[in-house]
Amino acid sequence: MNILVFVKRVPDTESRIRIQHETRTIVEEGLNFVISPYDEYALEEALRLKEAKGGTVRAVSVGRDETLVILRKCLAMGADEVLLVKDGSPETYDGLRTARIIARAVERRLAGADLLLFGRQAVGADNSQVPAMVAELLGLPQATVVTKLEIDGPSATALREIEGGMEKVVLLLPAVVTAQKGLNEPRYETLKGIMAAKKKEIPAVTLEELGFGPDELVSAVETIGLDVPPARQAGKILQGDPAETARELVRLLRDEAKLI
Amino acid sequence: MIAAYLEIRDGKIKKSSLEALSEARRRAAELGVGTAAVLVGADVAGLAPAAFALGAAKVYVIEKPDFADYSPQSYTLALAAFVGEVKPAALFFAATAMGKDLAPRVAARLGAALASDCTKVAVKDGTLEFTRPIYAGKAFLSLRLKTSPKLATLRPNVFPLGETVGGAGETIRLEIAVPEGSIKGRVAEILKEESAEIDVTEADVVVSGGRGLKGPEAFALLRGMAAVFPRAAVGASRSAVDSGWIGHQHQVGQTGKTVSPELYIAVGISGAIQHLAGMSSSKFIVAVNKDPEAPIFKVADYGIVGDLFEVVPKLTEELKKALSD
Repeated sequence: MNILVFVKRVPDTESRIRIQHETRTIVEEGLNFVISPYDEYALEEALRLKEAKGGTVRAVSVGRDETLVILRKCLAMGADEVLLVKDGSPETYDGLRTARIIARAVERRLAGADLLLFGRQAVGADNSQVPAMVAELLGLPQATVVTKLEIDGPSATALREIEGGMEKVVLLLPAVVTAQKGLNEPRYETLKGIMAAKKKEIPAVTLEELGFGPDELVSAVETIGLDVPPARQAGKILQGDPAETARELVRLLRDEAKLI
Repeated sequence: MIAAYLEIRDGKIKKSSLEALSEARRRAAELGVGTAAVLVGADVAGLAPAAFALGAAKVYVIEKPDFADYSPQSYTLALAAFVGEVKPAALFFAATAMGKDLAPRVAARLGAALASDCTKVAVKDGTLEFTRPIYAGKAFLSLRLKTSPKLATLRPNVFPLGETVGGAGETIRLEIAVPEGSIKGRVAEILKEESAEIDVTEADVVVSGGRGLKGPEAFALLRGMAAVFPRAAVGASRSAVDSGWIGHQHQVGQTGKTVSPELYIAVGISGAIQHLAGMSSSKFIVAVNKDPEAPIFKVADYGIVGDLFEVVPKLTEELKKALSD
């Protein structure tokens, strides 16, 4: 089975986010960039499916040259091939723009896939848009936020998280699936894998090579403002006898906060 | 007009969809346009009065036996047909599991950009402006959409329900064709969690536990406290989930869920930055921790420094008394 996995380079979740107010962008200096955590579950699932059923795993990312680092990590984890779709644009927060690029790359450069795996969202932009958009643009069925995936011949069965339960979704392949925490436990790269990945030439394709004209990918999202939330004020801290502090806390919740 | 798509689960309109409709009405009033709602399903026209009650003048109903179960592909066809026919200025969804699955597909079909998981909608210079958290709430982005209609999903539990204005409205049926063989995915079954707990994203009160709980057993204490409130859920920090003490669907934080309940009670949670990101938009935060230096106290409105195994039972008892008064 031929699997495509889409990965994005994002600041790790321990990052403190600072804002460059003039440009309304995130200050990247000092941040540690990683594969978006949900994308790692997607890649792990692809590798497990390949181990069980044969086939290939190709990892794809849209971004600047810095993105090569995470594509090398995909190789080191076991991806057979990777592709960088070069996009010099800073974060646009326009999921449809990214989805168009990916859908075009799939049609022109990555045809013949049975399964397109994504993380359930890129940590950072937090849009949860691109996979379902790619599915629609390519006319494929989808299951998003999936914690269990089984492939049986021409179809896939996925359990996806909904409020208070799960939806069991049956899809005809090819299909788009997005990975949620709980789907699996991603492996570490092996030393051998890291060494081999270092030597590998990483193919890249430009937006022009995908047939996009200069004005075709203008972001439809106009950033008006970007800010950090106002810091919360530390409140009243109670110490002492558990029974007394508990009573005082409930009094505050009732009389001061008017919550109960 | 501004329209809201009303999600139906278990034969009822979801509260978060009614919140989205309420916000649609408020912003429509500001823009001087009408408010509408859209229902999709097999037998849903009977639910229209709930939308009229919140001020929708028109409810569009798209009924088909095939729509009994949600499918992102078929519901996308329905909503794209609605937009094509009715041409609303904006269409809001609740940012629920279904809304997040469906809205991007609709957006792609319409070629329109989407604002995800918004926590604020404003009207400026006669146009809608959306504010949404990014980095799980470490930053907030305000944006305008250059495409039409303006599509947005709105975070549950953030937008207040509008006042009931009574009133009847007009029910308009739309017919749509679903080409044979075009739907390649279907929901075979819905598996409910046995406990029937509500989701942390939808709860009014979230009682969360972290490493300080020392094991899965202590979550029973938190469940006991949650049970005191009418709409409460149990949450957890990443370390509690990664230790296998509780399922990941309870995780609050940057690789879990972002919540904004009325009251968030953090028990034995030190307050790692990725956890704070997921809960800092809660209206009130209470922390119980034995370490007075724990970062969680810096964001808490009220805190108790103490041993959670002593404090939580006392607190539960006091809450019970207060709530039964």
